[in-house]
Amino acid sequence: MARPKKVSQARRGFLKTAAGATALVAAAPVARAQEAAGRAGTAPPSAAQRAAENATPSLAELQIVEKPGSDFMVDVIKSLGVEYIFANPGSSFRGIHESVINYGGNSAPEFITCMHEDSSVAMANGYAKIEGKPVVVCAHGTVGIQHAAMSIYNAYCDQAPVIILAGSISDAAERRGRIEWLHSAQDVAAMVRDFTKWDDNPQSLQHFAESFVRGYQLAMTPPMMPVLLTADGVLQENPIEDAASLRIPKLGKLNPPAGDINAVSDLAKMLVAAENPLIVTSRSARTPEGLRLLVELAELLQCGVVDQQRRMNFPSRHPLSQTLRARGAVLDADFILGLETYDFYGVVHTLGGQVKVVPRSILKPGVKLASISSSDLFYKSNYQNFQRYQEVDFSIAADAEATLPGLIDAVKKLVTSDKKSAWQARGAKLRELSGKALETTRTDASAAWDASPISTARMSAELWNAVKGEDWSFVSDPFWVSNWPLKLWDFTKHYQYIGGAGGEGVGYLAPATVGAAIANKKHGRLSVSIQSDGDLMYANGVLWTAAHHRVPLLMLMHNNRAYHQEIMQLQKMANQHNRGVERCGIGTTITDPNIDYAKLAQSMGVRAEGPIANPGDLGAAIRRGIDVVKRGDPYLIDVVTQPR
Amino acid sequence: MMKSLILLIAAAGALAAQNVENGKKLFAKLGCYECHGYLGQGGGAGAKLAPGTPSATALIAYVRHPAGTMPPYTSKVVSDAELTDIRAYLASVPAPPPLKNIPLLNQ
Repeated sequence: MARPKKVSQARRGFLKTAAGATALVAAAPVARAQEAAGRAGTAPPSAAQRAAENATPSLAELQIVEKPGSDFMVDVIKSLGVEYIFANPGSSFRGIHESVINYGGNSAPEFITCMHEDSSVAMANGYAKIEGKPVVVCAHGTVGIQHAAMSIYNAYCDQAPVIILAGSISDAAERRGRIEWLHSAQDVAAMVRDFTKWDDNPQSLQHFAESFVRGYQLAMTPPMMPVLLTADGVLQENPIEDAASLRIPKLGKLNPPAGDINAVSDLAKMLVAAENPLIVTSRSARTPEGLRLLVELAELLQCGVVDQQRRMNFPSRHPLSQTLRARGAVLDADFILGLETYDFYGVVHTLGGQVKVVPRSILKPGVKLASISSSDLFYKSNYQNFQRYQEVDFSIAADAEATLPGLIDAVKKLVTSDKKSAWQARGAKLRELSGKALETTRTDASAAWDASPISTARMSAELWNAVKGEDWSFVSDPFWVSNWPLKLWDFTKHYQYIGGAGGEGVGYLAPATVGAAIANKKHGRLSVSIQSDGDLMYANGVLWTAAHHRVPLLMLMHNNRAYHQEIMQLQKMANQHNRGVERCGIGTTITDPNIDYAKLAQSMGVRAEGPIANPGDLGAAIRRGIDVVKRGDPYLIDVVTQPR
Repeated sequence: MMKSLILLIAAAGALAAQNVENGKKLFAKLGCYECHGYLGQGGGAGAKLAPGTPSATALIAYVRHPAGTMPPYTSKVVSDAELTDIRAYLASVPAPPPLKNIPLLNQ
């Protein structure tokens, strides 16, 4: 038996060999074999052609590539400490896949099997918000990126770093058969360029190394966003020709852009001069340090903070938190500082009017506005995620977290004993207001306490009761349950909350929670989520991913059996047209049949129970779920709930 | 006289119960629960209507000319009598336990 020939040969040579073997298997003329290898026709493939495409060359003809380019690509990925590859397997990045699991030992990065590219990116989005760094998502350059597009947009709007490797074959002569043509594009990144920060199409391994490190740096520089690199199939599968000449660039310490020192000093003067300054934040805490710094600034000034909670920016029960009375706090303020505030216009306006939008400022006359935002450093034109323009009196285009130390120092220099005394009185008043707001919120939560379907406040309170003694992380978006967890729970740590879908694209929630739970796993945290029913049905394959990879995550279904937001939107239209609302369930409800989410989860290996509609049964179910999650597995409880 | 009074009270009670039941059906049929919850408890999408149900006059006035994001309901969609029944339903919703008696909301 002939030994396989070990050579440093090109992918083209292997393909030629394969095509030759194909011709033998199919016993067809050369022209026909060539057609099978590089299909040009439009007719559906025949059985012979399909067999030819999948044929295995004889061992004698095999040639071995012992050191493929994809090994070097994995070296590059490893050099940056990337922990995971999130991907649905695809032939256009099979070289990287094989190198990850064999050459790389399937460890840092570990291959996590996803069931849809949209889920891969949403998982990466959730992971990044917990861990503060990206994973790599691999996808076909055409069909995979098409699937992934919505989640890439979500991550872009959410300012979350993700590195996407899109498999493709640039050189048409290297493409085997129709599928590799279908999965290649001239400009893979074009489709998502409007909502990625940067992309490149590396033409050599050295080019790949430099672009990967550059992409990582750009993704991690505020405002953080997804980047995309094409992973050329030829580069992946051809041998490394001159290993000695290859070099992986070093990534130095990244220092996010801080505000100009003079501008920061001027801002400090405005804050100190204000009678009722208010800080409004959306994503100012990129890291735990951002949370700590904001607490320090607020306590120094004894000023209120309204957290729009796109990240965990400020402790929810801090006495200076005015989030539960956000509108009242804005009305009271004479100076508002926005920190990475993603919709400043919405903070200071109401959008009244039943048919036509009638915006109205809610500010007192003479209120001054200031902003520190890294978003001012980077915008793209097409997608309108930047929100309506809000004029401000003072703007610093910089990363808020990086600017806060300078701002705190500048404020400290301006503190006088008179100021200190006045500020203490201000803080005492704010503490009283926040205490009253919490009491009102709890009273509101008590309404429908024993209702069936279960009220979303009751569900949230039952879950809080079960997790409050644990090292927990709430990894979902509670907007769909009236934000009850954010109102009722005591959030103190950065990883305890990650915000929601940046672009409000449905299908984010389930995979993002799994991605966040994967990040939490090594820290031993208890990840919990409240999962909307409609969202899960976009991407329920993540249940299998969670079971297969033993992701500890407790999911409570918010099963209101509807695309509830859309029912309300449709009712608004029906009323606006004065036609009655009785038919608004058409196209918006998820009933007849009701979905059995426990069975759905069980079918994919996730332990589950429900549906539970009696609030008295919920606490015990949650405790059972936590027992399973603490042993390292996912658990789902189907809870039949009130609409919101 | 006493018998008549008792009968009158009983009839009024039956009518009130009927109004409550009709109001409950209308509350669901007209989609009020979508924003306000099945028991009018309110939440992120709509105001709390129970406990603290407004008077029928106030309810009707608001539904015809709402503020904020709530769409107006004309008399073609819901009559004043139907709104009065809805109001009766909301007023009949039992009050929740006092806050101090709910340990889960005191932690």
